[in-house]
Amino acid sequence: MVARLAEGDATVGELADPYDVSVQAVSKHIRVLTDAGLVSQSKDAQRRPCHLEAEVFDLMTSWIERYRHQAQERFERLDAVLADMRSDTRLTDHHLEEGAAS
Amino acid sequence: MTTTSSRYQVSIEADPTVPIIRMTRDFDATPAELMRAHTDPELFARWVGPIGMETEILDWDATTGGRWRYVARRDGVEFGFHGCFHEVGDESIVQTFTFDGRRGDVSLQTLRFEDLGDGRTRLHAQSLVDSFEGRDQWLASGMETGVDEGYAKLDTIVAELR
Repeated sequence: MVARLAEGDATVGELADPYDVSVQAVSKHIRVLTDAGLVSQSKDAQRRPCHLEAEVFDLMTSWIERYRHQAQERFERLDAVLADMRSDTRLTDHHLEEGAAS
Repeated sequence: MTTTSSRYQVSIEADPTVPIIRMTRDFDATPAELMRAHTDPELFARWVGPIGMETEILDWDATTGGRWRYVARRDGVEFGFHGCFHEVGDESIVQTFTFDGRRGDVSLQTLRFEDLGDGRTRLHAQSLVDSFEGRDQWLASGMETGVDEGYAKLDTIVAELR
């Protein structure tokens, strides 16, 4: 829902439409987001479209950046393990060539 | 500190239309080597956990229809994870993933190792979770693990291993 609102303002009906959820369920979710100050609803228009506050964009961006950092760390450890596997293999081959016991 | 020590950076995409996280990352390794680092429990435990956490594999059968379970520990705190290996192919793994703290939630993870030639491989990792809320929680969970805690330590480990 947050991802949908990130693309542009939408009414509760529009938010419920593509998914197999009731308008009531969406309304409840929007109320929670509104109470948290993450979403605002314009009062004047009949449609009352929901609007995502700017800080949520920042939050999403920072989530993804943090997650990316974590994944990067994990993959750098994987780099090290892969490099280790190679040097282990080379070491074993070297030992075999020299006929030394491992 | 930054992670400029690596020549390859991970790219991440959170799909706006389906609750999926996609990642790609290149490695100086063959698909077979990457497959081994993902399926050999001793090797896997060495890189999967967050920094400062020890990973203990409790159950591991990296074959089609097999299952896995491990715990990550730090300062007496344990986080358990488990899932099934749905399909283990020559250059791909399809598996489920559940954090024991949220037992009702399961994500479907697809890993594909694309041979780039010259001893390089591109990892395509996709995680499908069951809701956008779940996906956003997943992304947010990175904030709680203290990513700033150990770039210096990571550099040391990598240097020692090389």
